[in-house]
Amino acid sequence: MKTPVALVTGYLGSGKTTLIRAMLESPALGDTAVIVNELGEIGIDHAILRQVDERTVLLASGCVCCTLRGDLADELRDLVDRRASGEIPPFTRVVVETTGVADPAPILATLVSEPLVRNQYVLESVISTVDAQHGLRGEESERQVAAADVLVVTKADLADPAGVERTVAELNPVASVVRAVQGDVDPALLLGERRSAAPPAYVHDHAHEQDVTAVSLVLDGPVDWLGFGVWLTMLLHARGREILRVKGLLDVGGDGPLLVDAVQHVVHPPVHLDAWPDDDRRSRLVLIGRNLDPERLERSVRSFAA
Amino acid sequence: MCALCGVLRNEHWADQGAGRRARVIRTARLERVLGRFGLGVREWAGQYVLTDGKGRTEVAADLAALWAAAERLAGRPLDPLDPVLLDAP
Repeated sequence: MKTPVALVTGYLGSGKTTLIRAMLESPALGDTAVIVNELGEIGIDHAILRQVDERTVLLASGCVCCTLRGDLADELRDLVDRRASGEIPPFTRVVVETTGVADPAPILATLVSEPLVRNQYVLESVISTVDAQHGLRGEESERQVAAADVLVVTKADLADPAGVERTVAELNPVASVVRAVQGDVDPALLLGERRSAAPPAYVHDHAHEQDVTAVSLVLDGPVDWLGFGVWLTMLLHARGREILRVKGLLDVGGDGPLLVDAVQHVVHPPVHLDAWPDDDRRSRLVLIGRNLDPERLERSVRSFAA
Repeated sequence: MCALCGVLRNEHWADQGAGRRARVIRTARLERVLGRFGLGVREWAGQYVLTDGKGRTEVAADLAALWAAAERLAGRPLDPLDPVLLDAP
């Protein structure tokens, strides 16, 4: 059985470490290994986490980018080795904390495509923290929010979180939004089958308010999966820098839908779900990105896959 | 076994179908798209062979490599939202 991995991302100072520390204090997460990544030589993040869990591993390099993916893969493989040899307790989950400026896509690519890592691990949830005082903090922050399955609006005791909650929910309508004070969140809201959550069939167009927007496409009738694969690979090749997330449920003719989920150019292996989440059995696709024209996107996907 | 299950076992999520039939169908889908940009495509030894009107050829191992190779031959970006495709009769 593969070990689930939760990725915690979020801008500098948005409360990632506080959230992880609170998660690790939950009895349900007592057998969790943690990999942190930090920019400084002796990071305060590491010291705090070490007090909670001695299995914390400090990555040697700085920012999680393409050059560091090997480090992350090494650490994940090393954890498996040490668990097998009895050197460390038999952890059943891994939490990976990114740096505040990290783009989550290369980390997800490591989990999805590195052969040994994907043999042993499965991505469970991408959790992005956004603090209620400052909200979104530029492009990195937008990428982190778009990649999320769960958005945690932190520091809700220091500022009214309602506005930030609304903003991030509009930017990423496929994620759930939870509120946290001092990282206190029910772990059940963060972990588990978060990635299988169905995307909505309708999202409000906020193109006039934000640079990054979400649009939804709905298709009646079965989708031609092979044509869809051609369309999505072509779209991500052409517009991979503009499209931050694609998540959808597709009617490919079986009892349940097919779950498709991509973060930028990283496409997770599609998953057959046993059943539709509700009575609406139309294929639905949510795209998050810049310069998205829902009318043209819908015409395009229909021409390839309807 | 459905086409998708074949996809899941392989390296590229969209490229590996459940055998010959899926590859033939996928190549037909590609032919229809690439033809609008003046390119041809056929399957050969499990790979895609792209050609242009000048007889130039590129071989792509999978769909991930195909679009970059096709753009080199076409000399232009290939976009599924291109009017060449969207406004096609």
